Amino acid sequence: MSGRILAIALNTFREAIRNRILYLLLVFAVALILCAQALSLLTVGSEEKIIKDFGLATIDLFGVLTAVLLGIGLVSREIERRTVYVLLAKPIHRAEFVLGKYAGLVLTLLVNTAIMTLCFVLLLVAKGIAEPAMLLAVLLLFFQFLLITAIAVLFSCLSNPIVSCILTLALYVTGHLLWSFDLLRARVAAPWARALCLTLQRVLPDLAPFDVKGMVVHGIPVPPERLGYALVYLVLYGGAVLGLACAAFQRKEMQ
Amino acid sequence: MAVLTLDGVAKSYRTHLSLHKYWILRDLSFEVREGEIFGFIGTNGAGKTTTIKLVLGLLFPDKGTIRLCGKDPSRPEARRRVGFLPENPYFHDYLTGLEFLDFHARLHGFRQPERRKRVLELLERVGLHNRADRALRLYSKGMLQRIGLAQALLHDPDVVILDEPMSGLDPIGRRDVRDLILELKRRGRTVFFSTHILSDTETICDRVGMLVRGRLAALGSVEELVRGEVGSWEVTLAWPSPQDPPIGQVLSRREDRVLLRVSSQADLHRLVGSLNGGGAKLVAVSPARRSLEELLLKEVRCAGAQADGVVEEGRP
Repeated sequence: MSGRILAIALNTFREAIRNRILYLLLVFAVALILCAQALSLLTVGSEEKIIKDFGLATIDLFGVLTAVLLGIGLVSREIERRTVYVLLAKPIHRAEFVLGKYAGLVLTLLVNTAIMTLCFVLLLVAKGIAEPAMLLAVLLLFFQFLLITAIAVLFSCLSNPIVSCILTLALYVTGHLLWSFDLLRARVAAPWARALCLTLQRVLPDLAPFDVKGMVVHGIPVPPERLGYALVYLVLYGGAVLGLACAAFQRKEMQ
Repeated sequence: MAVLTLDGVAKSYRTHLSLHKYWILRDLSFEVREGEIFGFIGTNGAGKTTTIKLVLGLLFPDKGTIRLCGKDPSRPEARRRVGFLPENPYFHDYLTGLEFLDFHARLHGFRQPERRKRVLELLERVGLHNRADRALRLYSKGMLQRIGLAQALLHDPDVVILDEPMSGLDPIGRRDVRDLILELKRRGRTVFFSTHILSDTETICDRVGMLVRGRLAALGSVEELVRGEVGSWEVTLAWPSPQDPPIGQVLSRREDRVLLRVSSQADLHRLVGSLNGGGAKLVAVSPARRSLEELLLKEVRCAGAQADGVVEEGRP
């Protein structure tokens, strides 16, 4: 990583950790993870599954919220506040700026996820139900956060935070429901509609490979190739999205 | 040698729902030479900040070419030896002064311990060493301007671009900025700054470019620009009579000396012709040149523009 990307990344990280939204999200997440214990008392016979399921779902939800809420303004807020002027007047490539901002948020998410995971693992250890598969599930969730952050950064380069937020969340939801395009394709008759379904299925981000919560909660082993596939998908799709973000920012006018 | 060249540069913008182009700059051509102080003057909205953004690669011209240090400004190499202070100090206000300069020093590739040394030097130079641990959001406008100047000078640039560096500053702050610009020139640096405070421009600039409604209305040294622009004559007479001279406006009177302002050449001839005896003598005549401000107002009126600077749609 070039020194300039690192400098921008560290500054972005510094900005994030001085942002109250991050702490608010983190406190809620930790509180919810610990609430899993209380929730499990309300059920009969499946206490272990409830704790695991609720804990992983909380990490998923708050990780995505952090990625979206901080990611959507990552570039656009710098333009809006005009702090970008002095940065881009320096001898830096615009792509370095975008990648530095992305790397800074990745670092923030890493710390955020690590804190949530630590609380989750402590709870599992206290209950005597800790197992390594939980960490694998969290790792895949973290990969998902990285992909969503890349998408949020792309929209942040193209639009304002509100539009970026709506679009990123929409892609997050559809990313988990891509399988439904198969069903839709089977039900529509028009060739163009079938082609559209297929195109959308191919083009939109597929987040299913990153979701093994159900498997680990129910004790189904996660095949190693699943991790490999998710990693390759993240690198290729995330790389393409970041490439698009850099290209969009390259010719963006700083009005 | 020119460190900055603009050749036939035009820039327009469109509003969100408009199909029409609004031209901000039209056919702008000038150069800034190495080692000079170049003042870029004009009314608000004349296009000064847009020009600076184009020069730094923050905007892209619709037409024409720009060369900064011989390169296209959109290339990072062009900006390597350039320092920039924006019009309003928009900085990351969650950083302290020390963190802010350290961040910018990193962007210039400084490594420790040189980075820290350089940052502390600059804090000392702009007089903020005692406020270095305070967040920028707690800085006053003058302090922000000074920390902004420090980040612009961190890497000891060859070319310093300042957008309205004196705007909003008190007289002491303005004097400090003026002294800094002169010091940079003494050290052989090139300074390109925009301003609408013309009194400072007249005293420190080697050359001036005057922008009116997006066009370069005048270019040259202050002397060249106001040469031939004689607005009136100041005449000193030996005038023993207690009555005022018949022509001209008396500016001051001391003993038998009278200082007059005569507004036209014809009046001047009539006045000299009227000095016939009685101890009345012509002592001195000096043309009172127009100031840059008068010249700017004249150009604005000529261009039919309003003083607040209005852009309009049309051809570049």
